[in-house]
Amino acid sequence: MPVVTMTVNGKSVSGEVEGRTLLVNFIRDQLNLTGTHVGCDTSQCGACVVHIDGKAVKSCATLALQADGADVTTIEGLAAGGDLHPVQRAFKEHHGLQCGFCTPGMIMTAVDMIRRKPELDEKTVREELEGNLCRCTGYHNIVKAILAASEEMRA
Amino acid sequence: MYQFDYHRPANLKEAAELLTKCDEAKILAGGQTLIPTLKQRLAMPSDLIDLGALKELSFIKAEGDAIMIGAATPHADVAVNADVRKHLPSLAKLAEGIGDPAVRHKGTIGGSLANNDPSADYPAAVLALDAKIHTTKRLIEADEFFKGMFETALGEDEIITEITFPHPKRAAYVKFPNPASRYAMVGVFVAETPMGIRVAVTGAGQEGVFRVKEMEDALAKDWSADAISGIKVPAENMLSDLHGDAEYRAHLVTVIAKRAVAAAI
Ligand SMILES: Cc1cc2nc3c(=O)[nH]c(=O)nc-3n(C[C@H](O)[C@H](O)[C@H](O)COP(=O)(O)OP(=O)(O)OC[C@H]3O[C@@H](n4cnc5c(N)ncnc54)[C@H](O)[C@@H]3O)c2cc1C
Ligand code: FES
Ligand code: FES
Repeated sequence: MPVVTMTVNGKSVSGEVEGRTLLVNFIRDQLNLTGTHVGCDTSQCGACVVHIDGKAVKSCATLALQADGADVTTIEGLAAGGDLHPVQRAFKEHHGLQCGFCTPGMIMTAVDMIRRKPELDEKTVREELEGNLCRCTGYHNIVKAILAASEEMRA
Repeated sequence: MYQFDYHRPANLKEAAELLTKCDEAKILAGGQTLIPTLKQRLAMPSDLIDLGALKELSFIKAEGDAIMIGAATPHADVAVNADVRKHLPSLAKLAEGIGDPAVRHKGTIGGSLANNDPSADYPAAVLALDAKIHTTKRLIEADEFFKGMFETALGEDEIITEITFPHPKRAAYVKFPNPASRYAMVGVFVAETPMGIRVAVTGAGQEGVFRVKEMEDALAKDWSADAISGIKVPAENMLSDLHGDAEYRAHLVTVIAKRAVAAAI
């Protein structure tokens, strides 16, 4: 079987995979990083969003081997030294989650969004969340949290 | 997914050779269409040949009166590229409106064209702007490339390498997105190119993207939304599904085309 090697949350990891092994399965089942969720498995919900070389992608629609040699960040890699990332902190403060199932993907999408668009407004945040579904919150507090985090990170 | 062998060639030559050599091989670009298709077991390729490592296919160049885009260039790069925004703002806007940010980071222009989904956005731009599609074997004119729903002029062993767009005098793309999928229910690209005026419609036709010659002729005489307000495409050729029936889509084509003409810059 092919061996895949990549950097995940700053650590070099490798493992045997099949050609058809999805990145999300490699991350969850082989690396035991279960923060990345599978909500739909059909590219709609964004619960599986991780960063590959800094960019948000759906890990349920990426083969593990496509990420060979890449730098991958999952939700577990955001909190540096135990301090929550500003976006994580904002979700907590603004009640940006209820059941929390969508939250890892929401936060990874939000971090990517703030990187690309430091000057966010509400309309842009809502557009940028097109690929992330939440069954609980009604999005309002998610949008609030992202706007607050982007303001804090700009300051 | 069924089993397949995965290949990650380092250059285009190697990719083309693998494609010829392997039995039932398929090209993998962004995988945003192909991987979901494989997950549903709707395809059973023996081998996947990933273009992901081919830097030579991921580029945007502005030269003379044209913009060249490598086949493996992701939608997100097209959306923010300074040359595209300057010379082809309609194309940057189109790319920015595809799916969602994660899809735009991976999905590519070549993958979108090769797939020729009847509701995809890029086919409308390529047809309206009279773009040229370069492959490992030849150059294909836009009018020759699209052969009906999910069908193209591409041969089995052919890889799209580059798409060349002329600078239009003015152009616009307006899309009426399906509120759930964000694919086009109707999308109309209007363009005045050095070779004439072209109107291309995606999302609506049973045979995929198509031109509306009657609108083109009317716009050549008078570039205004009013000039085409009386022109309706025949409903019998339109897609019909739970999101909108054929009559509705035919009506929407005129509405969206008028908006595109009014928006053209
Ligand atoms: C949630 C979601 C929303 C989407 N919304 C939209 C939308 O609004 N509008 C829209 O237009 N699209 C949309 N898409 C589709 C998206 O744009 C895809 O990225 C695109 O259709 C395929 O590009 P890809 O690079 O991912 O190709 P892949 O999935 O890798 O390949 C698709 C097909 O093209 C072939 N192929 C790929 N590259 C080449 C090449 N260079 N030469 C020859 N053959 C090649 C492959 O063999 C395969 O058959 C959406 C997709 C998803 C998952
Ligand atoms: S699990 Fe990947 S998008 Fe839903
Ligand atoms: S908090 Fe439950 S799905 Fe979003």
